[in-house]
Amino acid sequence: MQEFNHVKAASPNAPPESSPSPSPHPSLDEFLNCARESREITLGNLVMIGEIPSPTFQEAHRVNEFVHRLIESGVENCSVDNVGNGIGIIAGSTGDQNILLAASADSIHDNDFDHAISVSPDKISGCGISDSLGISVLATLPILLDRLGLKLRSNLILLAAARSAGRGNLEGIRYFLQHARNPIHLGICLKGAPLGRLSYTSLGMLRGDITCKVPPEYDWTRYGAAGAVMTINKIISQIAAIPLPRQPATNIVLGSLEAGTTYDRIARKAVLKFEIRSEDPNQVQQISEDIADIVAETESKSGAEIALDIFARRAPGGIQINHPLVRRSRDILTQLGIPPRIMPSTSETSALIDQNIPSVTLGLTHGESLSDRQETLEITPMFQGIAQLLGLIAAVDGGLAP
Amino acid sequence: MKLSRTHRQPSSNKPADLKRIGTTINGWLETNTFHHSQFSDLRALVEEKQRKGLTLSVCIPTLNEEATIGKEVVVLKSELRDRIPLVDEIAVIDSGSTDNTRDVAAEFGADVYLASDILPEVGAKRGKGENLWKAIHQLKGDIIVYVDADIKNIHPRFVYGLVAPLILREEIHYVKAFYDRPLIFSEGVRPSGGGRVTEILIRPLFSLFFPELTAIIQPLSGEYAVRREVLEKIPFPIGYGVETSHLIDVYDKFGLSAFAQTDLDQRIHRNQPTADLGKMAFGILRAFLSRLRSLEMVRDLPELSMILRQFQARDTRYEQIQFDIREEERPPMIEIPAYRKKMGLD
Repeated sequence: MQEFNHVKAASPNAPPESSPSPSPHPSLDEFLNCARESREITLGNLVMIGEIPSPTFQEAHRVNEFVHRLIESGVENCSVDNVGNGIGIIAGSTGDQNILLAASADSIHDNDFDHAISVSPDKISGCGISDSLGISVLATLPILLDRLGLKLRSNLILLAAARSAGRGNLEGIRYFLQHARNPIHLGICLKGAPLGRLSYTSLGMLRGDITCKVPPEYDWTRYGAAGAVMTINKIISQIAAIPLPRQPATNIVLGSLEAGTTYDRIARKAVLKFEIRSEDPNQVQQISEDIADIVAETESKSGAEIALDIFARRAPGGIQINHPLVRRSRDILTQLGIPPRIMPSTSETSALIDQNIPSVTLGLTHGESLSDRQETLEITPMFQGIAQLLGLIAAVDGGLAP
Repeated sequence: MKLSRTHRQPSSNKPADLKRIGTTINGWLETNTFHHSQFSDLRALVEEKQRKGLTLSVCIPTLNEEATIGKEVVVLKSELRDRIPLVDEIAVIDSGSTDNTRDVAAEFGADVYLASDILPEVGAKRGKGENLWKAIHQLKGDIIVYVDADIKNIHPRFVYGLVAPLILREEIHYVKAFYDRPLIFSEGVRPSGGGRVTEILIRPLFSLFFPELTAIIQPLSGEYAVRREVLEKIPFPIGYGVETSHLIDVYDKFGLSAFAQTDLDQRIHRNQPTADLGKMAFGILRAFLSRLRSLEMVRDLPELSMILRQFQARDTRYEQIQFDIREEERPPMIEIPAYRKKMGLD
């Protein structure tokens, strides 16, 4: 069970009243300069952490490296919990408030992919590098605070969340929130890109696989030689025909399709990975029922074995745009000249929202080919992304009273 | 230059000699072969370095390495200078790259030098060995660690794994890297070798003439750390033969006990075509034979050709391609007046 040794007890989910900081915090310009001057540290962390493959459920090596880096930076209270989350706590001067800074430790890419990163003066490229940037910046944060001489009142909890993506279904951050003995007052989640991203609401979401298998006793004379590809194609066509409302905003993401082995063999297996997203949980439920009907009907007509596996759900929710945390986030983006890109989230912020903890997700830089095997991130905007994070931490350090 | 021979052991096929060599190699493997994980406590290493008043320089020789140099400088600088002050200087010595190698390295904080600008009075020669030699004059460290620029999986271990034996044990002067012996698979028997040129050329030659040096698992690896007091006293072939000649010269002067080697796990780099390995083998063989002559281990060698002939097929005919491969040699740096003046040796 995670315990913050130096955290004073406070009522859950109630941010403390605003109180003056012991000393004025540095300006955004100073944050920006510090981020710029710490470029090699940030990029070094990104290379050292990002080159460690970290598919969901196999994050241990990357998390250990994250924790090792925190310890090397002088963070005293570091640990790895039972589900593999990496945690470091930077004690505040009063510990009145606990701020959770979270980023996912896992990646959608397998161990087999080449994770070598390349660095040019403007860009840094590599497999899953966008996923890695969040915890790399968290690993850099203690050094940035030290260089800035920034002493916070609040406790900062740095979380490299395991089991976030895909079938992980945010298990790491949920476990952390369930087992933290002391209350988390607010959360800031980090994503690699895009810079300007500001998420403070969570979409309703349901995620699943449809697996179509042609059994050995398949009757080719009755059903033809269509195989799993044609069968899954019929399912896709029917899903695409499901009517979706404009309001509340709703969509179905067909994220991945794998089928068959080669040119001249009828595919015996096909797997479709999909996600339903909506601002209305009833819409998510209705569409999932429609898909279940489609699957059942197709199975009865095709002779194939078709399984629907729903393994992840999120409830919609969040805070309002006029919440002090969102306001301060927008103010900082505006001061840095970054247009806010407001979008809902289905990642770590959702777990915080589920617990009624005010939280936002921020993007750290601009990127290209995101989610492809070889992603590229721009280096210069990263300084703004880090300055925005430091600015927001400083802005909420004294509490969230308007 | 003729080096004083004080440590080279005569080899023969007499059982007593064979037994002595075997015993020496086994003992050396036991005491002077390390794994980088033995030195992962970098703060302890820095303390020991400071206690002994040592300074460390990293030298990266380059020629058109813009694809990999950025990451190499970022990782070594952030990990071994900014976070933990193990290294005092990170320098790129460039042979005249026509791509952006020098700009990229400078952008990320390396000290960048054009080899031809260093010691201009001795002129400029083209070759990696030239950069390594000129680094002795340009860099400040008591220990210089050479790291190739084309390492795709660069990691701080490529430096701390090599300098640690020099920091911790004063009798060690020269530490070589070797690769690809993952710790978790270290039980049982499996071949542990170098590359193709090592196994086909170098180890057979060492077995014939310097059997104790066969214990160095990857004699051609481009990563090694050396004390200045040794580097400044050995000549430098500027081409392919530099690593082999170093080993022979240091061995001849100090014996096997002056060496150590560190397993750095995997090194991912470009694989060279066989024809290029042929050029490398030619250059190494020339340097090797020159050493045999200067050490008076062979007599009456004819003048060695500088031309390597390789062949290619064009339609139905074969044609020869001639490569002029010169193994020029720089004298020990300590003989260069500007160096002696800089180091206050006169």
